[in-house]
Amino acid sequence: MSAFSSTVALFSKDVRSELRTRYALNALLMFVVTAVATILFALRSDVPSPTVLSGMYWVVVFFTAMSSLSRIFVSEEERGTTMTLQLVASPSTVYFGKLFFNTALTVSLTLAVTVLYTLVFSEFFIIRTASIFFVTVFLGSLGFASAATILAAIVAKANTRGTLYPVLSFPILIVLLMTVMNATARALEGEAFSEAMGDFQILVGYILAMTGGSYMLFDYVWKD
Amino acid sequence: MKFVKYGSLGIISIVVLAGLGIPLSPSPQGWLEFPIIPGLEDKARNLFFHVPMAWTSVLAFLVSTYFGFRYLRTKEIDYDLKSVSAAGLGLLFCILATVTGALWARFNWGSFWNWDPRQTSIFILLLIYGAYFALRSAIESEEKRASLSAVYSIIGGLTAPFFIFVMPRMMAGLHPGAKGDPSGKGPLFEAKMLAPNMRVLFYLSLIGFTLLFIWMLQMRIRTARLDYESSLEQS
Repeated sequence: MSAFSSTVALFSKDVRSELRTRYALNALLMFVVTAVATILFALRSDVPSPTVLSGMYWVVVFFTAMSSLSRIFVSEEERGTTMTLQLVASPSTVYFGKLFFNTALTVSLTLAVTVLYTLVFSEFFIIRTASIFFVTVFLGSLGFASAATILAAIVAKANTRGTLYPVLSFPILIVLLMTVMNATARALEGEAFSEAMGDFQILVGYILAMTGGSYMLFDYVWKD
Repeated sequence: MKFVKYGSLGIISIVVLAGLGIPLSPSPQGWLEFPIIPGLEDKARNLFFHVPMAWTSVLAFLVSTYFGFRYLRTKEIDYDLKSVSAAGLGLLFCILATVTGALWARFNWGSFWNWDPRQTSIFILLLIYGAYFALRSAIESEEKRASLSAVYSIIGGLTAPFFIFVMPRMMAGLHPGAKGDPSGKGPLFEAKMLAPNMRVLFYLSLIGFTLLFIWMLQMRIRTARLDYESSLEQS
């Protein structure tokens, strides 16, 4: 099997096992609903500014992602299927399969937050420049997944899996968070697409650095 | 290695004495007077201590990452001992740089913390060091701990260019020489606001702190090796 088709096979295996239980998806959705409800309670009848809204948007995405993205490797450890995977697939296949799955999960997460935001903040959350918004959300999801995947692999090998993940991820993801918050605020304020080019360059650079670095380092994490 | 030990102690003593003792003067004559930099005055003396501390903490991070990388290549536990020793010192210097910086900021900018780009970067460096040690304490197996923490420090290092080049562009800074500094006309060095004697003392301080780091690193590596050997004997 070629590298690409085995990556796709691994990805579809993860999708199928996810759809069988829908554990991650359900947890993710409930987490998003809970977080947005908390924000609503906190705001009461205040009018949030675009900066606050875009900040809150990514805070929800960050903590939801931190609660679910590590499962991709932790579940393999828990089910005891790590060894099998090490035998049947090369490390790069495993890495890219998991990366695609995490990207898909983050994209659906951001979509869920966007839909929920437009419903509950219908007066304030108005995407004035849709092109900036969707490019930001897509690149942001990719960036999140690229850093989160290698960190999930690290955390899966540690003893305290749940608590450590956000601690490890935050310093790595903070550049990404600052950039996407910046770009999302631009989209809500209705700036022109060209204004956000600087942010997009940072995002693309970040994704390339993280994916490249993870690809080279994944062997050392994956093989015991 | 007597040279490193006495060199660092000697140079840092000179820097402390000269850096604190040389008086300021509006029109400096000769080598024993510092110029008055507008907006900094006596507070400019922090340059000789704060900047070398920040420099040493970044240097320690690089050294730690380098030894982590060597560990991944060779799988010799000695490199991991070196890597963690350097990281411990890096954390120490990082805290020192943060504290001296915050104190200086209190008197120069009016508050201890302003989320200036440099302050944000050093905060994240602190977080990375914290996460690094949290990760190490969460793994029992030695080889696993060594390789996973090495990978983490390399991943952390990958984000460094974004802080150095990207962050100052994204937000206005208050640091002397940053874009948002009203009194500054570009970086202190390029604007020729430093007198030659200040420059010499500053570079001397960089050398002194680097030597201090090397000396402390050697001691820490020696104790780490002894600890490791005694833990082997016990088990």
